[in-house]
Amino acid sequence: MDYYLQILTNVGIFITLTLSLNLINGYCGQFSLGHAGFWGVGAYASAVYGVYFALPVDPALNMLISIAVGFSAAALCGLLIGVPCLRLKGDYLAIATIGFGEILRIIIMHTESVGGPRGFTNIPKWTNSFWVWGMVVLTTLFMLNLKRSAFGRAIISIREDEVASETMGINLFRFKLFSFIIGAGIAGIAGALVAHDQQFLHPNNFNFMWSVCILVMVILGGQGSVSGSIVGAIILTLLPEILKLIGSDISVWRMSIYSALMIILMLTRPQGIFGPHELFEKKKLQKGRA
Amino acid sequence: MSLLSIKNVTMKFGGLTAVRNVSFDVGATDLIAVIGPNGAGKTTLFNTITGIYTPSEGSVELDGKTINSKKASDITSLGIARTFQNIRLFNNLSVIDNLKIARHTRIKYSFLDGIFKTKKYRDEEAEIIEESIRLLKLFGLEEKKDLLAKNLPYGAQRKLEMARALATKPKLLLLDEPAAGMNPTETKELSNLIHFIREEFKIAVILIEHDMNLVMQIAEKIFVLDYGNLIASGSPKEVQANPKVIEAYLGAEIDVEAH
Repeated sequence: MDYYLQILTNVGIFITLTLSLNLINGYCGQFSLGHAGFWGVGAYASAVYGVYFALPVDPALNMLISIAVGFSAAALCGLLIGVPCLRLKGDYLAIATIGFGEILRIIIMHTESVGGPRGFTNIPKWTNSFWVWGMVVLTTLFMLNLKRSAFGRAIISIREDEVASETMGINLFRFKLFSFIIGAGIAGIAGALVAHDQQFLHPNNFNFMWSVCILVMVILGGQGSVSGSIVGAIILTLLPEILKLIGSDISVWRMSIYSALMIILMLTRPQGIFGPHELFEKKKLQKGRA
Repeated sequence: MSLLSIKNVTMKFGGLTAVRNVSFDVGATDLIAVIGPNGAGKTTLFNTITGIYTPSEGSVELDGKTINSKKASDITSLGIARTFQNIRLFNNLSVIDNLKIARHTRIKYSFLDGIFKTKKYRDEEAEIIEESIRLLKLFGLEEKKDLLAKNLPYGAQRKLEMARALATKPKLLLLDEPAAGMNPTETKELSNLIHFIREEFKIAVILIEHDMNLVMQIAEKIFVLDYGNLIASGSPKEVQANPKVIEAYLGAEIDVEAH
């Protein structure tokens, strides 16, 4: 039972992460490949709070503070990295964010007080599926409502055409930075969840491969789609577990199956499962297309 | 007082001077055309007015206030809107979403109103939808409001781009080659539309255009650019008769008898 509960928790954490990257990559169209770095900063910051600064209060309140700490720390990193990086576009932005993501991880690796390369242990267990799925629901509502407000439309217009967007009176830099900060902050929340769930953190759990993994979830579901991010995260988190259930022989081939799936998807449906649309608006749009 | 005044504007790119010492005024409801051969600096002039470029010298004033160091996005909120020579719509969004985005600078509700869907948000969104549909009706696009912008036929895309520019509630509308790629019937319709826009919205319109029939038919005043210089200005008749304009378009007159 515990095993399935753990999988459920992992799915929730990855949904939160995928939704946060979807804001930067899907809504705003900024190709960021350093997302695991923000996740790690949030995780370590909330773990530091849990280990060194925990208040003698109810664990639920402590968890709430911890989430706030994780959000703020990651959002601050988002701000510091976003200001220089968001002047770049496309591939250049991707490379710069890979660099910064790795820098964050290496700084953590060399900080003795958080365990350095040995990993950070003894983090209090404050979270459970209730917290994780509560955050999933809040993040989902936030992303859906943002998409339907003028601010979300402004962010999406940047993805569509920067010059036209600016001509509509949208301050490009401000909105790019905004999505970067909020996206990083929500990844920080996912970090707080993972820290107080697993009670152990290692810098290598936040390396570049994880950034790619989150990006793949966004792309699989459909960039810009909240439903897509959720479905993408569920599929790619469950897939290795399902393969494990089928038999250990197959799980050796996990990465190959991943890659094959991605190739098939990109060939047959390059816009992802949902494209930019949501689950319940499909009908209306199809009618519009006819 | 004139709505827009351009004073001694020069725009240099390295050693190339794309616009040289151009000055003119635009009144509150003027309908003006800027013409000139390819590469004369017309679009560059538009880009300096809308803040995409900052002029190297001179100033652009809107309502008597200098705007040339302002960002393009701020200039839109001050009341200048434009369309592009090569249409730039938000292709993967619906027609009505294209118009909704254009309301951006006029939004009064806060970010949190949007996240929590307060009454203020709902009221204003309902108003935005209503206004957008009204605008679409004026352009005959209301039945296509849920289509993706990229799926519209070419002429409708041009119209949508104009509607989108108007949705920003401008005082001055800049149209960059609105008739490019249109057939004579569509061009005729366009000229009626431009007249209609000016009457309906009481705004000034400046257009860049190569279709001389259209220009001569609708413009009240014409400015002619050649190699970045303003070589002539005046009513269509005056400009047509101006030898400098003829020279710019057709080349210098050669004295045939000398041969």
